Amino acid sequence: MSQPTLLYLDGITVSFDGFKALKGLSLVLEEGEMRAVIGPNGAGKTTMMDVITGKTKPDSGRAVFGVDTDLTRLDEPAIARLGIGRKFQQPTVFEPLSVRDNLLLALAGDRSPRFALAARETPVERGRIEEILLTIRLAPERYRRAGELSHGQKQWLEIGMLLAQEPKLLLVDEPAAGMTDAETADTAELLREINRSRSLVVVEHDMAFVRSLAARVTVLHEGAVLAEGSIDHVQNDPRVIEVYLGR
Amino acid sequence: MIYPDRATTVTLGCVLGGAAILAVLNQLTPAASAVHVPGFAVSLVGKYLCYAILALAIDLVWGYAGILTLGHAAFFALGGYAMGMYLMREIGARGVYGNPTLPDFMVFLGWKHLPWYWHGFSHFGFALTMVVLVPGVLAAVFGWFAFRSRVSGVYLSIITQALTYALMLAFFRNEMGFGGNNGMTDFKDILGVPLGRDSASVGLMLVTAVVLSAAFLLARAITGSRFGKVLVAVRDAEARTRFLGYRPESYKLTVWVISAMLAGLGGALYVPQVGIINPSEFAPANSIEAVIWVAVGGRGTLAGAILGAVLVNLGKTWLTSALPEIWLFAMGGLFILVTVFLPHGILGLFAARRSSTAPERESAAAESAAAETVAREVTG
Repeated sequence: MSQPTLLYLDGITVSFDGFKALKGLSLVLEEGEMRAVIGPNGAGKTTMMDVITGKTKPDSGRAVFGVDTDLTRLDEPAIARLGIGRKFQQPTVFEPLSVRDNLLLALAGDRSPRFALAARETPVERGRIEEILLTIRLAPERYRRAGELSHGQKQWLEIGMLLAQEPKLLLVDEPAAGMTDAETADTAELLREINRSRSLVVVEHDMAFVRSLAARVTVLHEGAVLAEGSIDHVQNDPRVIEVYLGR
Repeated sequence: MIYPDRATTVTLGCVLGGAAILAVLNQLTPAASAVHVPGFAVSLVGKYLCYAILALAIDLVWGYAGILTLGHAAFFALGGYAMGMYLMREIGARGVYGNPTLPDFMVFLGWKHLPWYWHGFSHFGFALTMVVLVPGVLAAVFGWFAFRSRVSGVYLSIITQALTYALMLAFFRNEMGFGGNNGMTDFKDILGVPLGRDSASVGLMLVTAVVLSAAFLLARAITGSRFGKVLVAVRDAEARTRFLGYRPESYKLTVWVISAMLAGLGGALYVPQVGIINPSEFAPANSIEAVIWVAVGGRGTLAGAILGAVLVNLGKTWLTSALPEIWLFAMGGLFILVTVFLPHGILGLFAARRSSTAPERESAAAESAAAETVAREVTG
């Protein structure tokens, strides 16, 4: 526990029309850590992501990023600019735009309309885009419309867009959903590669995939943390087996 | 960056070349000649070109930012009123009542003084500033509230209808000081050039063609810039842009205000060519009609907006004189036909023929749809 804390969720409670999606969820993420979050449907995984990225405001509890930034007071663009990137379960890329334009819009930088009206692509930006295209293995597709990519390629493009944002923390929702086995293995490798320089929270259902990430695992159940530890530890936890793995 | 691509060259060529040919045929051929174009026809084309500016403004917000405006004629009419006020002041003492400062309708209402907001309109430069400033400020205020509170889709369309309807009711009132029901008319000259003569009609039509071309180039520069790419991203996946750190509302507001100013400019050129401005220009149906022009020409193509505005209005001119009772049905039918059979408008027809990637695109979509189904089965 020598690393400083990057994200600290403390007693987060969220309810929708009386239904409690999160019941006092607490979670600590260290800088540089990769964390896998698993749990059955309705455990509150997506709601947790929504709270961290500012889409949902919690009823109570604190969400602290870095030293003392209170995320519950900020909206989505402000949180994104702080350095928290999010990949959705459904890949959402900008379909009419080319692959490289998708990355261009995601590159860290000025987000104001005034800047965008006059912006010219710089050599630095061009280099950064090429670098990411190689990382996400989409270099041959750079001029294709993003809408023409396969499902797996879209997932990768979205991960590339996350990288382009140069976030400190990446939230990745079911990156392997709908992928072939080969793509899934590649994705795990890609995430481990990203983890060398950035922190990640990965929500996933696929246990084999989670195992290949070699990350610390948090099990959510009914809006709170049920267990936490290595994959072997949680898989042998009788409560976890009961609510999730054994069904 | 603007590349002089074929679409741009063809569009500018048609607009400027067509206008120049009309001007020559009017000015340099004898009135008895078979190829002579009479002055009224020149004004008619000038009117179409004004509509094309309005259509271009609508395509900017609807085609690229996904804001389906059903009230853009309001900005057009406001620009028209600002120009109308200048033209009224230009009449001076030549009005029916011969009052050197007060327009006829104010004398008729028994007013003694010019209302404060009429001051300055005797200067052309001031009026021209107001032509873009008034629609721009109204759009900024309206858009700031609407986009910040994340009003979008059909709700936004309904509010834009309400906006133009409210303005129509307001401008109908005599107390507003804009001529009420009758609006403003009987204009004598613009910048000292007498209106109504062929030379004035040709001049105004040429100016409109040049302004339309400039507006087209501006719109192309905007949509081709990084700003334009963000707009498209906002149109198709607004939530996603927020998580990238963009504020979609500020992008929408920027393009909305630019678009309103363009519409105002179109209205200002329209009024001296048709010789009248009255509250019926605010009628909600006008705004809807303008959206249909864009849909017919091809949404999100800019050139299509110009083409649609000119073609539909040509048809309207012909139909309303040949078969006046048919016009409304034709308009409604046209909209249904275009929506069902030509979702990308007339220009979409050409684009589809040119690129053969369409089937490939379909298979990719089917593939990802299948993958989603699989994903749902796996995770659900």
